[in-house]
Amino acid sequence: MTSMSRVLNKPVGRALFSLLSIGLLVWIAHWFLGPAVARSVAIGGVSGAILVYGSSVLSAALRRIGNQPGHALYPAVSAINRYWKANQRRLAPWLFLAPGCLMFAVYVIIPIFQSIWISFYDWDGLGEAQWIGTANYAEMASDPNMVTSFRNNILWLVLYMLALPAGLLIAIFLNQTIRGIRLYKSLFFFPFVISQVVVGLIFSWFYAPGFGLLYKVIEGITGQGIAILADPDLVTYGIIAAGLWPQIAYVMILYLTGLNNVAPDQVEAARLDGAKGWRMLWYVILPQLRPATFIAVVVTVIGALRSFDLVSIMTSGGPFGSSRVLSYYMYEQALSEYGYRMGYGAAIAVVLFAIMMVFISGFIWKMWRDETER
Amino acid sequence: MVHSKTGALAVVAALLISTSAMAQDQRVLKYNADYDPIPLAAMEALIADFEAANPDIDVQLNNFDHEGYKTAIRNFLSADSPDLANWYAGNRMAPFVKAGQFMDVSDVWEANGLSDSLASAKASMTIDGKQWGVPYTYYQWGIYYNRDAYKAAGVELPGPEGVNWDQFIQNCEKFKAAGIDCLTTGSKALWPVAGIFDYLSLRTNGYEWHMDLTAGKVEWTDPKVRDVFTQFARLQPYVTANHAAIDWQDAAALMVQGKAANYVMGNFAVGVFREGGMTNDTLGFMVFPEITPGIPRAEDAPTDTIHIPTGAQNVEDAKKFLAFVASPEAQTKWNAAVGQLPTNKNSTVPQDDPFLVAGFEMLSTAHALAQFFDRDAPAEMAKAGMEGFQQFLVQPDQLDNILARLEQVRQQVYK
Repeated sequence: MTSMSRVLNKPVGRALFSLLSIGLLVWIAHWFLGPAVARSVAIGGVSGAILVYGSSVLSAALRRIGNQPGHALYPAVSAINRYWKANQRRLAPWLFLAPGCLMFAVYVIIPIFQSIWISFYDWDGLGEAQWIGTANYAEMASDPNMVTSFRNNILWLVLYMLALPAGLLIAIFLNQTIRGIRLYKSLFFFPFVISQVVVGLIFSWFYAPGFGLLYKVIEGITGQGIAILADPDLVTYGIIAAGLWPQIAYVMILYLTGLNNVAPDQVEAARLDGAKGWRMLWYVILPQLRPATFIAVVVTVIGALRSFDLVSIMTSGGPFGSSRVLSYYMYEQALSEYGYRMGYGAAIAVVLFAIMMVFISGFIWKMWRDETER
Repeated sequence: MVHSKTGALAVVAALLISTSAMAQDQRVLKYNADYDPIPLAAMEALIADFEAANPDIDVQLNNFDHEGYKTAIRNFLSADSPDLANWYAGNRMAPFVKAGQFMDVSDVWEANGLSDSLASAKASMTIDGKQWGVPYTYYQWGIYYNRDAYKAAGVELPGPEGVNWDQFIQNCEKFKAAGIDCLTTGSKALWPVAGIFDYLSLRTNGYEWHMDLTAGKVEWTDPKVRDVFTQFARLQPYVTANHAAIDWQDAAALMVQGKAANYVMGNFAVGVFREGGMTNDTLGFMVFPEITPGIPRAEDAPTDTIHIPTGAQNVEDAKKFLAFVASPEAQTKWNAAVGQLPTNKNSTVPQDDPFLVAGFEMLSTAHALAQFFDRDAPAEMAKAGMEGFQQFLVQPDQLDNILARLEQVRQQVYK
């Protein structure tokens, strides 16, 4: 046995060792990240150590006392042990879920209610927040930017659905066994792998006045180039086209895996019955792809509603706000360089949340129904 | 076991001793800033001078990304406050002053006679009769032009006095005939169009009126606002068509290539023009032309500043640093390195840079200095205003709608 493991085998050694490592971490954090970070590292480290160390001490004690019928605490401990044995299967899942639930509550559920709360205030994020009731929502009703953002969100939602037929088409096209098909599949999947920021930049250059490929092509045909991202009527379509590129690849992958699971005997049977082409697709293949279609619709709807990065990269909501969507407008109002209106931003977030909830509860309801029917 | 215990204790003790020993040697002064590489090097040189003069102070510069800083400052001022922080003059600092997050440093101004030496920037550092920070640099705005483009279009070059406004518009027609954009801008990030509007407003109705407008005292539907847009409309057909899709650097490239002749810009653009291959022979600078005769000439000169947050730990040394940065020597050194103008009137500018010399001359003889639209007007008004200017350049027929919307925002913002 080395001296290190001798130290770690004794409880005192373990405690000292963990204290020392926490001290070292705090010291490093202090020098590299400042006292505020060091303080949180210290609090986190010590409480974590107490939790881990304490629970191991506690469980050892429970086991020891449980074996000593004469001990003063024996009745209480054995009651705990009996309760645990009787309910272990019921309690264990919750114990395992507890850390996740805690994180989810702290970082998702509670902030949702905080957002709703802030949306009733006029607050610049710095000074005193002032309660103004529903004034933020009333202002929204007459805010032309809100109308633009809302209209663009609906455009996104509708046009993003094009990813489904397009993805299905490519998936069927690629669902064959020829030489090098894996390479073609990965090439078609490529746009989904690269970051949205890169997609935005590529399309910005594609549209760029003066040197962009599309601009040059249009200029070559009509004699007059169109700067899509400077045109208030075309800009949203331009951004949606950029968004569709990776989204089609995503849907394609979903359908490709779905097509792998299509039962060959059913296709065979249909073929014997004379089904071909569209009828085969519509009545035999598509019904079997329903799970893939469901997931594809879910990711496409959510992708459309949370579109933010492409708008931010390609136009920053411009020209003069014509390509804003709700999520970007929320960011602009609350967090951007010119935004000091936390309350109004939160109110926009609440509206976006409500719209998303319509879809999300629809999806959850459908999943629930499917699961309980089986 | 015993040995390892004492060993561990020794290590812990050693750590504690070394930490406290280092802290006792020097007083730490934490400084959060948002410098680009060249200004950063210049500030590091200044800090080295300051530390040499004050060996008991250790300045810890924490540099942020320029754009990220604008959101980060709101967090660190309340969560983990430094002793010094960069920001901007004018209305841009108002939210922090009103929220009590910047410290009143009028005593630094008093003790160092800054009211006299920093006179040109004093008004923009003053809120409620107190000064809330110290300016260390500003830069001029004006019209930069490509002499080769003037020659290519057969337009007479502006003299040392610049040109008058009618002549400028007539020149624009000649540029248009030659297939050159008379005035270029890249308004993807919005703010470049505000420079054009600022000058049209300052030249049409004067500084005092422009300040009233940005302070929300003038209705956007006022006839005098329409006067400004009347001049804007004369310029509109000659501005680069796709400005809304390009950044200001892309527009600078158009001017470097001779596809555009004039550019209303800040002096920081000179570096980009030079990188593109322009020299003092091809690049020209002129003061924005007079529009309404007899109005005292005011200029845009955005000022960069340093402040002491209210949560600062080491206020005494921070004030020492502010006094140092305000000194003519420090400002001469920093601004010479960066190519901007010192705010201290006792500083000097390098005589071999014609743009700095012209700028220093222009600003020191100006009637008054505006900070730039997005610093003079509150954030939300600035955003809406700049969007309106951009829209006007694209859709001049929408003027009524634009002004009505700006008036709606004005009533919302200045309550």
